[in-house]
Amino acid sequence: MLLDTTKVTAEENIWKLLEEVSDPEIPVLSILDLGVLKKVQVQENGKVQVTITPTYSGCPAMNTIAADIKLKLLAEGYPDVAVNLQLSPAWTTDWLTPEGKRKLEDYGIAPPVEPEGDIHALFGRDTVVRCPLCTSENTKLISQFGSTSCKAHYQCENCLEPFDYFKCLK
Amino acid sequence: MDLHHTPTAAVQTYSPELRALLFGYTLQLADTSLILGHRLSEWCGHGPILEQDLAMANIALDLIGETRSLYQYAAELEGKGHSEDDLAYLREAVDYKNPLLVELPNGDFGDTVMRQFLFDGFHLFLLKELQNSPDPGLAAIAAKSFKEASYHLKWSSEWIIRLGDGTEESKRRIQKALANLWRYSGELYTMTQTEQQLAQSEFIPDYATLQPQWDAHVARVFAEATLEVPQNVFMQQGGKTGRHTEHLGYLLTELQYLQRAYPGLEW
Repeated sequence: MLLDTTKVTAEENIWKLLEEVSDPEIPVLSILDLGVLKKVQVQENGKVQVTITPTYSGCPAMNTIAADIKLKLLAEGYPDVAVNLQLSPAWTTDWLTPEGKRKLEDYGIAPPVEPEGDIHALFGRDTVVRCPLCTSENTKLISQFGSTSCKAHYQCENCLEPFDYFKCLK
Repeated sequence: MDLHHTPTAAVQTYSPELRALLFGYTLQLADTSLILGHRLSEWCGHGPILEQDLAMANIALDLIGETRSLYQYAAELEGKGHSEDDLAYLREAVDYKNPLLVELPNGDFGDTVMRQFLFDGFHLFLLKELQNSPDPGLAAIAAKSFKEASYHLKWSSEWIIRLGDGTEESKRRIQKALANLWRYSGELYTMTQTEQQLAQSEFIPDYATLQPQWDAHVARVFAEATLEVPQNVFMQQGGKTGRHTEHLGYLLTELQYLQRAYPGLEW
């Protein structure tokens, strides 16, 4: 019983510690805000198993995130840590926390907007994205592909600033 | 960095025959996305405008991400202790099982867009069905990549329309690309023995059920782009059984150079 309590406390503690590990490409977001951290397990021998899921298949940030998790936990007294990658269920922008979306907008990146129709429809209407700088909805899509896998490139027709949109993935 | 996927438990329950079939198929999918991803990566820094340079690099990254998952899973199915790197870097051209279309040189931007368009539709509709495979390994990879592939097909479809219904010059070029590349589209849907056996046991969809969706999408986009589809074309094939064009050898020479020169090298 005592052992179980210790284990639960250790796991809760690790979740808290990992709030400080951020996405290297969007440093305002923690891996918890992003919904990338899936599971923390502390085994009886003290070994820690951390499971993360990639946002995009080719996201080059995953290796850095795994290394940052290990370094963070090493510094906090957990020397034996393994990080595993889990694909299923596949990550979706629905897992971004409301707090994460707010942080994104404050940072100048428009958060994902719920699409009006089927996101996989090939000739659907473009989603209305609000400019994170002047909040105008008079914006236009420049390219579905932006500075990282998870972002599209927009421009505001009101304040004329180009900006990143964290595109919806479902 | 040793970041690996959690192993798929179901693999342990498969018969050796099923494992061999799934290994062959997974390898073929991996080869296909690797070779096309590599081709697209050759554009990096050479795109016609910055946004499209980024778009092609992004699509390449998605494809190579999918490739890594597939090679890791293939290595697991094979069970001989190979790594994803062994499979990508230490096999010869004849061992590669990608369809011919994806290994063809980039040509001009129109050729690249056309090659991508013909592939993207096939890729998207296949992944959509493969998500329901009873094999959890393939289903997980397909579910992940399906979401990304929607954006690929939107991109290439829009460019086909823009170039086809664009200037005289863009129309001439994209029509020429279609005339040259159409003959490689048939191989995508020609099933190998491995594919037929897996389709019979319902591990993968029968490609004949995918083709009508592709036909409809392609016809709609070509009509909007005012392009004419070549008629009565002899369809080339061979890549999926290891008979490649001369281009693949040159591509692999560059792709595999570091591992051949410095075996076991890691970042």
